[in-house]
Amino acid sequence: MNIGVIVFPGSNCDHDAYHAMKHVMGVNTTFIWHKETSLGQADLILIPGGFSYGDYLRSGAIARFSPVMGEVIKFAARGGLVMGICNGFQVLLEAGLLPGTMMHNTQLRFSCKQTWLRCESTDSVFTGKIKKNQLLQIPIAHGEGNYYTDEQALKALQDNDQVLFRYAGAAGNITPEANPNGSVDNIAGICNKARNVMGMMPHPERAVEPAIGSDHGKKIFESVISSFQSTSAL
Amino acid sequence: MFQANVRITLRKSILDPKGKAIRLALGNLGFNKVEEVRAGKLIRLNINTGSREEAEKIATEASRQLLANEVMEDFEIDLVEMQATG
Repeated sequence: MNIGVIVFPGSNCDHDAYHAMKHVMGVNTTFIWHKETSLGQADLILIPGGFSYGDYLRSGAIARFSPVMGEVIKFAARGGLVMGICNGFQVLLEAGLLPGTMMHNTQLRFSCKQTWLRCESTDSVFTGKIKKNQLLQIPIAHGEGNYYTDEQALKALQDNDQVLFRYAGAAGNITPEANPNGSVDNIAGICNKARNVMGMMPHPERAVEPAIGSDHGKKIFESVISSFQSTSAL
Repeated sequence: MFQANVRITLRKSILDPKGKAIRLALGNLGFNKVEEVRAGKLIRLNINTGSREEAEKIATEASRQLLANEVMEDFEIDLVEMQATG
């Protein structure tokens, strides 16, 4: 399996993502510069966190039109696996690969802290190795992570089982207090209808070693890696 | 040549955290009669065409594709014909 980490000017979690995938998960990983028009041999595209293009206009709005994103959109349309973390999630929303948008956090502050995520659906390659309702401790670090979508689109997300993670309390309860940014329905991560594109605001690549506070993020990467290995073995 | 002023604001139904912060600061300064503040963006495009219709079409398409995100934002366009300068 090969993983491609997209690098935009202003990406700042690209090396964290590379380290997590290559050194911790042990998967062949390469960087893909935003001006590339080929994704090479990548089986999974990872769009990392940061402030692509300085977050000018709106987070992810400029990155979405960079040359490499045209390839990512085609790759996703062919069923390729795409995962966006934090700013990567914002880029996927702007690109229309995932529904909805991000607003400024309701409390008006950049928020950088550990959060608990409750796994809401195990029916995806990104959550296949996680149990339903299992709690993962994964940190957030964002100023614009307030996920918004109108009621109709929210209902479609819920009906199609596209909500993968919600912000929860340490006991697994979904409450306004556990919501760090005002996201509608406590949503922390979603997938598309075809279930091959996922985005999440928390940073699983910053939760892959006990020494840095938590290794629960590995569960997500183990899920996607093992799903790939089982399909390619067929 | 036309100048298009594209005004982008958050849709009415959407909470505007920046506007709220500005309103609170205005309240602290004693502007107690300011009850609501909505913050937005102004993006000015100079469009090289002699046709008002074409300028409007270009500004609208640019707004739809990039300048505004219609999931959460509305946009309005004002067009001004610019005097040619030597």
